[in-house]
Amino acid sequence: MNRLIVRIAVDRLVTGLIAISVALAAIPVIILLLFVVIKGVPGILASGFFTQSFHPYGVPGGGVLNAIVGTLEIVGIGSLLAVPVGALIGIFLSEYGRNQIGDTVRFISDVLTGLPSIAFGIFGYTVLVATLGHFSAVSASVALAVLMLPVILRATETALLLVPHSLREAGLALGAPRWRVTMEVIVPAALGGIVTGALLAMARAAGETAPLLFTALGNDYLQTNPLRPMGALALTVFRNALLPYSNLQDQAWAAGLLLVMLVALTNILARIYVRRIQR
Amino acid sequence: MQTEVARPAVQDADREIKLDARDVNFFYGDFQALEDVSLSVQARKVTALIGPSGCGKTTFLRIFNRMHDLTPGTRATGEVLLDGENVLAPDTDVIRLRRQVGMLFQRANPFPKSIFENVAYGPHILGWPKARIKQVVEESLKDTGLWDEVKHRLNRSALNLSGGQQQRLCLARALAVEPQVILMDEPASALDPIATLKIEELMQELKERYTIVIVTHNMQQAARVSDFTAFMLANQRRAGEVIEFGPTDDIFNRPKDSRTEDYITGRFG
Amino acid sequence: MSRATAEVIPAPPVAKSHRRRFNAGDQVFTGLAYAAALLMIVIAVIFVIALVIPALPAITSFGVGFLTGRVWDPVHLRFGALPAIYGTLVTSAIGILLAFPIGLGAALFLAEEGGLSAIRGPLSFAIELLAAIPSVVIGLWAFFILTPIMRSIVDPFLNHTLGFLPFFRGGASGYGYLTAGVVLAIMVLPIMTALSRDVIRAVPRALREASLALGATNAESIWSVVLPFARVGITGAVLLSLGRALGETIAVTMVIGNSPNISASLFSLGYTLPSVIANEFTEAVGKVYQGALFELALILALITIVVNVLARLLIWRFKGSEPSVA
Repeated sequence: MNRLIVRIAVDRLVTGLIAISVALAAIPVIILLLFVVIKGVPGILASGFFTQSFHPYGVPGGGVLNAIVGTLEIVGIGSLLAVPVGALIGIFLSEYGRNQIGDTVRFISDVLTGLPSIAFGIFGYTVLVATLGHFSAVSASVALAVLMLPVILRATETALLLVPHSLREAGLALGAPRWRVTMEVIVPAALGGIVTGALLAMARAAGETAPLLFTALGNDYLQTNPLRPMGALALTVFRNALLPYSNLQDQAWAAGLLLVMLVALTNILARIYVRRIQR
Repeated sequence: MQTEVARPAVQDADREIKLDARDVNFFYGDFQALEDVSLSVQARKVTALIGPSGCGKTTFLRIFNRMHDLTPGTRATGEVLLDGENVLAPDTDVIRLRRQVGMLFQRANPFPKSIFENVAYGPHILGWPKARIKQVVEESLKDTGLWDEVKHRLNRSALNLSGGQQQRLCLARALAVEPQVILMDEPASALDPIATLKIEELMQELKERYTIVIVTHNMQQAARVSDFTAFMLANQRRAGEVIEFGPTDDIFNRPKDSRTEDYITGRFG
Repeated sequence: MSRATAEVIPAPPVAKSHRRRFNAGDQVFTGLAYAAALLMIVIAVIFVIALVIPALPAITSFGVGFLTGRVWDPVHLRFGALPAIYGTLVTSAIGILLAFPIGLGAALFLAEEGGLSAIRGPLSFAIELLAAIPSVVIGLWAFFILTPIMRSIVDPFLNHTLGFLPFFRGGASGYGYLTAGVVLAIMVLPIMTALSRDVIRAVPRALREASLALGATNAESIWSVVLPFARVGITGAVLLSLGRALGETIAVTMVIGNSPNISASLFSLGYTLPSVIANEFTEAVGKVYQGALFELALILALITIVVNVLARLLIWRFKGSEPSVA
């Protein structure tokens, strides 16, 4: 009888501990978002936030136009590089990848996934910055592209493998060449997964800071030439936060909020797209 | 032994032979799935392959349009002549072959595209002009009795159709590339009786223009739809053989081999 | 209208003139796919070169002593990696120690079926959301919000109650190992939870139900059935989280204090491998200084690769041994 009471007490205790961990797991994200919104909104509403570039301390106004343009351009170029290549590698893995080469590619992809993002910055620095002799947005794009590749190719492979084999058979039985069946039947059927993977990779790339430190470097002025140093929202957050001026710190919060919204928007887009495709 | 049985039936009929399998052996890796299988399929007739599961009838069917190429580690020896040309020859253009020998699968497998795009896919691959594609889509859908059911929603997804409609759509899709032979792998096994009946009626209409080979586990279906029937059985080494082949009427009413008789009368399997 | 014509016009036989084994389009496409795969291998090779070659000057001039050197003094060009390695290990350990019980608890809750699904959905969503928040934003929050809390509440409390331990001695600025560890805990929580949840879900229900049917309480069946079964997989989840924590750069850089110390006190300012690189790379002049930073990057990459490969092996082994559930 006594033992039973102990057992039940232990059970209650464990249930309680689980409940506490659930609460503790949910708290960080709530607090984080709360603060980012509360501290970020004033900065976003400040005039010139979207239309002006960085103003140094003492010069009133100023915004993050340079950083917004930079993030969009750096991630855009990176995606142009990574999405087609990643999708093609994913196609390779699902269609031709049951061999040594496929396993090697999968292993490389896994290792790249686990590599710290700062390593991609080093990669971009050595391969492009050091060889070109100057920092540039395009070196950041290349670094981010390599960082995005594993996400895209794995999503593509998984999505393609989920397409029923019978569809491939149906296409081939009609006398269609394999590559056309792949591109016109299998890939469209898997498009939801592929696009989701690409969007998630883009969201992740947009939020990265470490790879940009030694590649895009940052730029207080509006710059659109991909061969020049360029600003980015993540860099604005990082640099402004550490500056001892409250208006620039407000800008850091606002840029952080913008970044979170950008990432959230991309995630939501991915979900909506998947839902539309599934219909 | 089975060849001795198989040959005379065909020669008696004295008709055009469309597909002629001669001493076909088939291997999945080391495992032999078919042993010295021979069969002469007559043009514009329905030939049924029956037998207990595991006797290799589907395997045999898929050799006719080289679908076995898709499975790694498979190997077929012997000859399968399509109008006198050996489709098993290593230099056969399988893409061309599969246009001539179409296939209908056990489960309807429409592409996740519109009804129109499904039927138009083969012609589209062939690069036919748009007007001709439209025409052939309409004809194929009419040939499969679907036209009236779907003509107002050709751009809707094919996945919204019922199971029976989907299977007829797949048939229309196969017909659109104007094949000469249609292979059917238990095409009605996943369908309800009414949809099954429709498919069977279609086969009777289609055999005026196409040669049909059907694999079925359903003996009544074979008896209803086919002109010729081949009974297959796995031997002691688990490799499939053709035990008896002849006009369907003979196989079902006057089987020569006791094993056929056993199967027909339900004594095993 | 009907296709009687199709029968009259004989379709071409399997023409010998058109015979070929492969379709030209197929060949081109296959070639492209293989080229993409090879590109991946080329990228990997370039990556290795990009990490190793620039580190060579430092490796040759400092030798093994680099790993054990306690001094990081760019002014006098004396470089030892030990403070950064120490900081990396300490902060990651704190992060994992904090995130593991919380993540495991949340995973146990999420993996369960029935009841309370009204909480389960939002919790899953919240954790997914946390994973998507850029690390610089977490760093921003930690820098402005967490450090004052640590300085005025958490650190003094720990000092007061556990001050007899060497870990909680000394003045607290709010920055340093402990704060960085808390930040890392927040950052690895999503991976820890999601992976553990998947692993626990893979425990055959029949096993669990059998245990409950024998009269075991929920806690007992977690302890005697679920956790033993999922042990290997959960270890893999911990290692993957560790891999992530070891390499986390920006958020840690913002709260660690960036000062090359080796101190038992968790309130002490410190440095980690990635934060040294992030902080000093663009200012580093001269081959030796840069080389030292490159070598830190190489050490970091090697550690994370080993941890990740180990994690994947474990998770792979777990999946491999996973009995099929009917």
